[in-house]
Amino acid sequence: MAVIGVMFPLAGACSMAERKISAWIQGRPGPNRAIPFWFSWVPVLGPILQKLGAFHLLADGLKFLFKEDVVPGHVNKKYFIAAPILAMIPALSTVTFVPFGAYIDLGGNLTPLILANVDVGLLAVFAVSSLGVYSVVLAGWASNSKYSFLGGIRASAQLISYELSMTLAVVPVLLWINAPGTAGTMSLSKAVEFQSQPGFWGGAWFAFTMPISALIFLICLFAETNRQPFDMAESEADLVGGFHTEYGAFKWSLFFVAEYCHMIVGSAVFILLFFGGWNPLPWLPLSSVAALLHITELPLLVGLLSIGIFLGKILAMLFLFMWVRWTVPRFRYDQVMKLGWQKLLPLAILNLLVTIIAIAVIQH
Amino acid sequence: MAVIKLERKPLSLAERTYLPQIVGGLKITLKHLLKPTITMQYPEERPAIPAGYRGAPTLVKDPHGREKCVSCQLCEFVCPPRAIRITPGEIAHDSPNAHVEKAPQAFDIDMLRCIYCGLCQEVCPEEAIFLQNVYSTTGYTRDSMVNHKADLYQMGGTLPDEHFKWDKKKEAAEHGGSHHG
Repeated sequence: MAVIGVMFPLAGACSMAERKISAWIQGRPGPNRAIPFWFSWVPVLGPILQKLGAFHLLADGLKFLFKEDVVPGHVNKKYFIAAPILAMIPALSTVTFVPFGAYIDLGGNLTPLILANVDVGLLAVFAVSSLGVYSVVLAGWASNSKYSFLGGIRASAQLISYELSMTLAVVPVLLWINAPGTAGTMSLSKAVEFQSQPGFWGGAWFAFTMPISALIFLICLFAETNRQPFDMAESEADLVGGFHTEYGAFKWSLFFVAEYCHMIVGSAVFILLFFGGWNPLPWLPLSSVAALLHITELPLLVGLLSIGIFLGKILAMLFLFMWVRWTVPRFRYDQVMKLGWQKLLPLAILNLLVTIIAIAVIQH
Repeated sequence: MAVIKLERKPLSLAERTYLPQIVGGLKITLKHLLKPTITMQYPEERPAIPAGYRGAPTLVKDPHGREKCVSCQLCEFVCPPRAIRITPGEIAHDSPNAHVEKAPQAFDIDMLRCIYCGLCQEVCPEEAIFLQNVYSTTGYTRDSMVNHKADLYQMGGTLPDEHFKWDKKKEAAEHGGSHHG
């Protein structure tokens, strides 16, 4: 519950951050007007929050709640309403499989903070987050409109094409952290543990040891979350609004919160796998930082520190998402398919083969 | 004409991956992100109005405070959208400006009709009406969009006058001879 309580506002704040960053990149100040009159009496803090558009966020949320929730006459009503709810479920439930911090227990072991510490961690994230596309397809189909329909079709095609490369990009990491003959694991916290070992190779984040995997995963992540330059499902230029053309008010905003949740979870997985999770810097694991600050015996502080570091990294990733959005123009649909099937998939397979051989050579 | 054949080099591997270009683009957008914003915060900041700007038409007075309009109604007749409505009036005999022919009793410019063409300024023989720097006229009713005489003088203010035509005319009438002298 607490995690979801963080996720939901964070996803909402993302929409404001998105507007602000897009404004700054375009040389505009962005939303900076709304302020409740009683808050304008607060010195310093009031104007700062106003300039950052914090109250626009509240106003937007209220607007989405209170405006008329139109259900067009031509839609398939039951599924039309079910789609945004279906979008929220996988978006919020994947977070249970994602470790978001670690603390040092009394035995001196680093224990991950996670809601459901299952061995299939990564698989579960992939499996549940892929369900997100069903909501898009359902929304596209239930809307009974050609734009929504095309948006839904594109979304499913894109998801299938990029899911493959994404999974193949992760396999080298799993091969690396699982020695043959021992009990295997797909837990994400194990991946972080492997990146916090002492020594040059042990401390290196997987982004340095497997840059191609990281790159493929990052590109696929952009595609999976339907972000520019891969937002085929929306592409407001040629599809009006894609799958959410017929949606408005709160149902529409649910789709967006779901998209941002996917972004957050996606970046979390990316950071855990390739950017050292809650380790502040490469070759500087959390435990040595805790020892440096003399807080090893205080699990609460270590836990908070690790969560802080992890959240900071996630925010940096979200910034990257928005930064890329205002830099790279949208690909054409055929370009997306070409990139996915003809470039990324062979590259991912090649990368897998090379890594297998490399691991075999190293271990012998 | 000589034809120069340019050899198109095939794209290098780095160019074909498209990634260096994306990094370059990211650098450019980051630069813009850090630049100060250029938007004018309108109601708080106002744009500088250049000289010769054709804003709302206004009436002006001469440096002695006399209203220059003699209500000849030329502007009313020339106005293409018929935005101007003048009611001519006499000037009282005991007024210091009694020598001037007439003055407008009422002078209304309907800003809902005005097209800012400047023909009224062009046609005015007395240099009494000028399009000045008022660029924003707003109101809640149609009536509030009509500028009456008082508003027009208030917006117009005083403009320098080199001729003082009516003073010369008065002098000529009192001392004989032509005022053109």
